[in-house]
Amino acid sequence: MGKILDQIKTGKVLVSDGAWGTLLQQKGMQPGECPEEWNLTHPDEVFDIARSYIEAGADMIETNSFGGTVFKVEKYGLGNKVFELNKAAAEISRKAAGDKFVIGSVGPTGKILMMGDVTEEELYAAFAEQVKGLEAGGVDAIMIETMTDLDEARLAIRAAKKNTSCEVFCTMTFEKTVQGEYRSMMGVSPTDMVETLVAAGAELIGANCGNGIANMIGIVEEIRKANPEIPVLVHANAGMPHYHDGQTIFPESPDEMAALVPKIIAAGANIVGGCCGTTPGHICRVREAVDKM
Amino acid sequence: MNDLLRKIADCIEFGKINKAAPYPPQMKGQDGADELTRQALDEGVKAQEILTSGLMVGMEKVGIKFRENKVFVPQVLMSAKAMSTAMIHLKPYFLSGEVKQKGTFIIGTVEGDLHDIGKNLVSMMVEGNGWKVVDLGTDVKAEQFVAAIKEHENAFVGLSALLTTTMVNMEKITKAVKEAVPGAKVAVGGAPVTDDFRKKIGADAYSSDPQGLVEYLNANV
Repeated sequence: MGKILDQIKTGKVLVSDGAWGTLLQQKGMQPGECPEEWNLTHPDEVFDIARSYIEAGADMIETNSFGGTVFKVEKYGLGNKVFELNKAAAEISRKAAGDKFVIGSVGPTGKILMMGDVTEEELYAAFAEQVKGLEAGGVDAIMIETMTDLDEARLAIRAAKKNTSCEVFCTMTFEKTVQGEYRSMMGVSPTDMVETLVAAGAELIGANCGNGIANMIGIVEEIRKANPEIPVLVHANAGMPHYHDGQTIFPESPDEMAALVPKIIAAGANIVGGCCGTTPGHICRVREAVDKM
Repeated sequence: MNDLLRKIADCIEFGKINKAAPYPPQMKGQDGADELTRQALDEGVKAQEILTSGLMVGMEKVGIKFRENKVFVPQVLMSAKAMSTAMIHLKPYFLSGEVKQKGTFIIGTVEGDLHDIGKNLVSMMVEGNGWKVVDLGTDVKAEQFVAAIKEHENAFVGLSALLTTTMVNMEKITKAVKEAVPGAKVAVGGAPVTDDFRKKIGADAYSSDPQGLVEYLNANV
């Protein structure tokens, strides 16, 4: 254990993977299908995606389990298959990763605690069930991501810490306000995030999704100001999508993303990867940029 | 009397549901939207006036603060909760026709998309601004929107999507609605949606925040 963090401690900058959802669609997944179900029905296609990021040079890949809590999969009638879907997700990425790392993706439930949609106990139990499946399938770390609410993030971290022996990472999603500050949808700033997530037991924190890698530089700087020690990961979108001829296109090219890698590392990031709209092509160029540092 | 309406507006703006509610801390122990709305009715204030000069005033303020990023989703949700608590007292007056709503707004998250936080937020703010809202839920297909607008003549239609992969369904739905009811107005919104996208798919309105939609609707009553 402690493998990813050990590498970071040696001063290495690591490369993570890019988007999964858009690649699943390219392989024929229709809107309205449950992405996690593909781990059982289309394991070869999911494997190809995982493998494409290893071949692009990533040091770690995620799992196809972002919406893998009961609150998401029950909408597709798969509420009794949480463990199985997550275990399969981890096994596929494990097989594709070879000697590289696998980080098990855990996304938000879509439920809002303060509205009384769910109780803290229900959220905790949902995350616990998911992370047990991911660990059983062989992940090295649990990657809680795209969080916007501190309480939900805290519960997910606690569930992962108590129910697995994996390293536990957590990222939140921020946008720039009209005042030029960074805030999550629920109003959390990167500075607010640092204290709560670290206290909850996250061993690595950071930011994902958002409006492109340029904003990530400011976010990482703010995290670093609040905590100079904690390892930081960035999974950046390839910008805001445009609509063209019935398709959505993410504007940031692999070269544009790679050009900002030195800045994001200088700001204090330890792991750099992509989110929505990024491809193996982006990760390949990020790999080259990191290796040049 | 004006003082009471101002207090009701404050409760909505700051999300004070009732006396027992601990939020917001600065209003702890004070009467909330629940008690004050009841009190106003008991004192003979017209339900319409409570809605227009109390509740809607507070809702507009929170909508503007949300647009300016001075408050975030949690505060808006608390305001909406305070609003819906007050509305329970006004319900008989809506049913009797004494209180008039501005019109009907049909809303749903489009086919293939199960996300509802944004849709619910918009729904609550539109309702809080004096509109009747017909919420079709998530994963709503073109036929369902068409059936709803045929049932509610002159209604406005709002389409929500969180995913870049599902927002493309807005084009099909917009076309179907306009074919079924020529002249129908369709508004679109959601994280990946832009005004440029709105133009390309032939929809009528886009706003990056709920208040913008409310203003569009109010301007087209």
